[in-house]
Amino acid sequence: MSYYLALIGTQDNPVYEAEFGTFKQGGDGSSKFSTEMRELNPFIIHSSLDIVEDLQWVKNSMYLKVIDNFYGYYISAYVSPTNVKFLLLHEVKSEESIKQFFFELNDLYVKTLLNPFYNVNNVIKSTSFDLKVKGLAKKYL
Amino acid sequence: MAPHNNDLILPSYSTAADKNSEVYDPTLGPQKLDQITASLVTTTSATSTPNPGQNFPSSSAASKKASIYDKNLNRRIPEVNLASLSFLFQEIVSWSHQNSKGIQQLENKLNILGYSIGPKVLELCYLRENQTNGNLKKTLKKDIRIIEILQFIHSVIWKSLFGKTADELEKSQDVDNEFMIIDNDPLISQFISVPRDLKQLNCCAFVAGVIEGLLDSAYFQANVTAHNVPKDGYPLRTIYLVKFDKSVTEREMIRFG
Repeated sequence: MSYYLALIGTQDNPVYEAEFGTFKQGGDGSSKFSTEMRELNPFIIHSSLDIVEDLQWVKNSMYLKVIDNFYGYYISAYVSPTNVKFLLLHEVKSEESIKQFFFELNDLYVKTLLNPFYNVNNVIKSTSFDLKVKGLAKKYL
Repeated sequence: MAPHNNDLILPSYSTAADKNSEVYDPTLGPQKLDQITASLVTTTSATSTPNPGQNFPSSSAASKKASIYDKNLNRRIPEVNLASLSFLFQEIVSWSHQNSKGIQQLENKLNILGYSIGPKVLELCYLRENQTNGNLKKTLKKDIRIIEILQFIHSVIWKSLFGKTADELEKSQDVDNEFMIIDNDPLISQFISVPRDLKQLNCCAFVAGVIEGLLDSAYFQANVTAHNVPKDGYPLRTIYLVKFDKSVTEREMIRFG
């Protein structure tokens, strides 16, 4: 099973993205997307942004669950209080663990945001952040 | 070295052919780029005159050290010393005063300084609100109505910033999109003595900026100003006037009207 994660800023700009696979069922943590699919991932994620922008004013929850699907791939969304969108492309539904994953990711994002040298919508390039996200993915997905 | 655009992430460029180029690869994350820049830094510093103060730590050394991501955001008492805060704020005010031509400009400067703090406070408070003793709440709450977010500011945000809730939250009687948050004894201007010729000045413009930044980032676009309205026993009583954008009230009407 493979996952594609993207953090989208308030101007619909990509802030961070990552691709990883599951460690469960003997997986080695690397993604198994085909080349065509890998090219499509950012498009699929971006095309679901309209749905996010509609739903975020309907549900009073940060976690919007599965909002869209694309030929067997699901897209789960989470909107942080400052409207940074966390989007995850995945193959299997598991609401509770994705919720945990998103919340911990929000925790990491806040730590980045609290850095006085980081401004909203800046691209996150920190290796420690990347490492922590991969760690979370291993723990929950 | 070929110039590359740091603002763009272009995953579709990261095919096997250009694995060695300096393009962001989502399967590897930002490591590769950092390693390249780290190696660039070490090679350039080796050729130039050695300057220990300017050496960046290599990526391996950085990963061993504890980063900001290892720290816990839920410390028991997130407090800072009032004396040092007041001293810092007093310096900010006098510095802004020297660099501005009038009250309006000074208040504007303070407002702008507060503005960038808003989103950070908002994110942090929601994060803390949505968990109890390290466990997630069932629904991760987010406020989507005007009145809800104002109550959140009045209670939660005020408590985390100033250690108490704001004194009153009122809606303007005449205008639909105006609200007032009232603080009888604002913490931040407690130790600011305003000279007579600047009588109109209210240093809580800084706090108004925080609220404005916070509301803007939560998509409740608003204009926030601070006004002196002294009352018996409360000479520093401040009213924060929150004036929401037309689009916000319109959205409220469509969604909940």
